Amino acid sequence: MTPAATVKFPEKHYLNEGFGWKSWLLTTDHKRIGLLYLVSITLMFFLGGFFAFLIRLQLLTPHGEFLKGDTYNKIFTMHGVVMIFFFLIPSIPATLGNFLLPLMIGAKDLAFPKINLLSWYIFIIGAIYVLWIIMVGGLDTGWTLYTPYSTKYSNTNVIAATLGVFVLGFSSILTGLNFIVTTHKMRAPGMTWFRMPLFVWALYATSLIQILATPVLAISMVLLAAERFAGIGIFDPALGGDPVLFQHMFWFYSHPAVYIMILPSLGVVSELIAAFARKKPFGYKFIAVSSMMIAIFGFLVWGHHMFVSTMSVYAGMVFSFITYFVAVPSGVKVFNWTATLYKGSIAFDTPMLYAIGFIGLFIIGGLTGLFLASMGLDQHLHDTYFVIAHFHFVMVGGAVMAYFGGLHYWWPKMFGRMYPEGWGRLSALIVFIGFILTFFPQFVVGYLGMPRRYYIYAPEFQVWNVLSTAGSTILAIGYILPLFYLFWSLKYGPVVDNPWNAKGLEWTVASPPPWDNFAETPVVTEDAYNYPLHPMGEEPQLAPGQDPMPGYRMPSETGATGD
Amino acid sequence: MLAVCGGVGLTIMICITVFAIKYRRRYEGQLAIETHESPWAEWGWTIVPFFVFMVMFYWSAIIFFKHTTIPKNTLDVYVTGKQWMWKFQHLDGQREINQLHVPLGRPVRLVMSSEDVIHSFFVPAFRIHMDVLPKKTSYTWFEATKTGTFHLFCSQYCGTEHAGMIGSVIVMEPQDYEKWLISNSQGSMAIRGQELFNKLACNACHTGNAQARAPYLNNLYRKPITLESGEQVIVDENYIRESIYKPNAKIAAGYANIMPSYEGQLTEEEIQLLVAYIRAMGSGFDQMPPVSNPTGVQPYPAGGNPDGSLPYKAGQANQTPATGVPAPKAPTSAAEAPKAPQSSKTQPSKKE
Ligand code: HEM
Ligand SMILES: [Cu+2]
Repeated sequence: MTPAATVKFPEKHYLNEGFGWKSWLLTTDHKRIGLLYLVSITLMFFLGGFFAFLIRLQLLTPHGEFLKGDTYNKIFTMHGVVMIFFFLIPSIPATLGNFLLPLMIGAKDLAFPKINLLSWYIFIIGAIYVLWIIMVGGLDTGWTLYTPYSTKYSNTNVIAATLGVFVLGFSSILTGLNFIVTTHKMRAPGMTWFRMPLFVWALYATSLIQILATPVLAISMVLLAAERFAGIGIFDPALGGDPVLFQHMFWFYSHPAVYIMILPSLGVVSELIAAFARKKPFGYKFIAVSSMMIAIFGFLVWGHHMFVSTMSVYAGMVFSFITYFVAVPSGVKVFNWTATLYKGSIAFDTPMLYAIGFIGLFIIGGLTGLFLASMGLDQHLHDTYFVIAHFHFVMVGGAVMAYFGGLHYWWPKMFGRMYPEGWGRLSALIVFIGFILTFFPQFVVGYLGMPRRYYIYAPEFQVWNVLSTAGSTILAIGYILPLFYLFWSLKYGPVVDNPWNAKGLEWTVASPPPWDNFAETPVVTEDAYNYPLHPMGEEPQLAPGQDPMPGYRMPSETGATGD
Repeated sequence: MLAVCGGVGLTIMICITVFAIKYRRRYEGQLAIETHESPWAEWGWTIVPFFVFMVMFYWSAIIFFKHTTIPKNTLDVYVTGKQWMWKFQHLDGQREINQLHVPLGRPVRLVMSSEDVIHSFFVPAFRIHMDVLPKKTSYTWFEATKTGTFHLFCSQYCGTEHAGMIGSVIVMEPQDYEKWLISNSQGSMAIRGQELFNKLACNACHTGNAQARAPYLNNLYRKPITLESGEQVIVDENYIRESIYKPNAKIAAGYANIMPSYEGQLTEEEIQLLVAYIRAMGSGFDQMPPVSNPTGVQPYPAGGNPDGSLPYKAGQANQTPATGVPAPKAPTSAAEAPKAPQSSKTQPSKKE
């Protein structure tokens, strides 16, 4: 079936460049660092997922027979902290971004390879530190750390946790800095800004947010720790401070931070749609520019988390207005992806299934965001499960789906071997179904008024919670499956080079790539996604000789029914 | 809202499905078909959503504005959020924990502050939601249109028993409400406030006569006053609290900066009593007897579940159950008025 025999596994590549632990822990190769990140954030993902599972188990019954209040509070806090700071923020940029950015722009490495390694070490130090905090008693403030609860009333390890977040921030800043310089300085000749792949645009926009917003988080954390430790009155009203000030500072980072989490996913999906429709994305420039718009306007909407925080009504109106404004570029992307499918040649391999799942869930997540942006409605929905469902649709349905899609898409690039396609599709399907079942009921129960962060709840909410817990077990299976078959494929997967027949500089080198990426610097002479097309008006037919890739895996003529 | 968003969402999803099926790859090596990129489409779906969003924004802002504009002549109830209970004081003197009785068809204004951390007052059935901040008063209002018992939740995470910081709002027919008022009275807030006012020796300066060293407080509540700086401020809960805690922050025009600070000496509930007294000053309330012979409120365990409508089991909480509010004796005169009931103290804050 597959003429795999024609594809030879390259003899020298970045994986067999050196063995021993030193060759990994002291590497400055962006590809190896990407893999280091991959391993570390996978561990964090399953740790956070374990906490999520405990949360769902507890909420199976309204009376909370399983965990005590304090324990539950620590668990949802650690779930939030681990998922946000240790998984979502680094996920796509630090793994896929690290691996692909130089390959995509025709560079041999990032601009500062040693700093890249440093940022991984900082990440690991932060992660170990936080694990230690979990061991010695945890944190119960919610990942939002609202004052004055965090500064005065919580008796858990707040100072230690803020320190952890503070340290972690540097990892994020350094990565962002590295990506920006690399994008500016190291593009191959001919790779103009508007020839860059959309994923690179998205990474660039993300990096801007990382270096501009993260310092504000660091400052808030320091002020919070200072107040808790030394009683300096910044947020505590008893000391003349203002607790709402903390919320402003916190969301000034954390709102842009949600774009750190979602923008790279938007980039990945643009890549996937293009590759599997064999078409340049409709409105390439609009998609590229909309990433920048989202990054810029994302800085001006933090107040929409605070409509009922006693903030002035007029300030609320401004924030609500700008929030709608940011929704426009997000909508533009969705419309463009849809238009890209039009008259495409669409294959339904695993990454594409994830991408289509992403769009569906992102639409729901985004549109419910409009509900929350309207102040009249948010007044009812704020801090309920509606909010939880909304951000899980965007973060888990969006960011995590795109991450998995990207991982499958570039897996053969990373390791030169193909994962089992059937299992891949199955897991994409399971994740999608499990996801909807887990989080859709939360919209309903939130609308009915169930507040978040409750370890016991009113009995009339139980039906929805049981549905959600049932869904989460399905979801868990969907997430665990890839762990197995991806591992399996490292050794037993069929050897491939460019199974998707995709365009892009990263596919012009061998899979897995040689340690220095490009033997000689490539010269770019065409736009990104310059797929050959049938001329307008002609019926598509087999075009002999137009398929340039000989070692082409059988694509999906068979199962192409949109499963 | 749901219709517009749902409609648009569904349309896109249907488009995606249709395209996905229609343009699926049917044979190996099939190419995409060249299409014409219309700038009209591109700008269209940038600009049209923008206008749709503006309509949504306008609509929701109007609703929010209405929600946050508090009508005049409300029935005021003073609310204190405290780890982990809601306390209510009615101007007529009734006090309740985790239960709020209100009459049907009358706008109720809630005057809220917190003793410790940020809480949020959330009654899903009434669509009201407002954060309750420490040492700051926030307001919200509602007008019940149906009798019954409705959930009250704290929606801002506030610590161990956040989930137990629940209660109910009981909406009664006006005549039932009157009955309830009478059967629960225990001396109006203003009377207890007056007693506190005298005990703290506020009356030593705020004597209310021409030689007084401090402003005359009659008929001040919700009126503007002029400050030394020439600025005008409205005398509301926040101004009164600030004047008690940080008297030198805003000096009323014509007076010296001599008032001592009472920072740390009063609970939020006591501040509310003083406010109630100041509200009542000038209305000749002190000549009026309390509404009836007071009886105490029934004590509820803190964070409890008075009407059993929520699955909260008292005692599940590892906290000290609040002692019931003692029923004060009937005041015979202002001087002999009962002491302001002391409720259970704030949980001491622990540091790492
Ligand atoms: C099996 C999958 C998951 C389930 C069942 C789940 C469940 C939950 C639940 C029930 C809460 C609410 C806790 C509360 O506030 O009362 C929550 C909060 C949260 N989850 Fe998840 N979650 C899952 C996966 C994820 C993932 C993958 C992420 C991020 C990528 C994530 C990010 C968050 C965040 C940021 C919060 C807010 C934490 C907070 O309120 O402090 N979750 N999750
Ligand atoms: Cu609370």
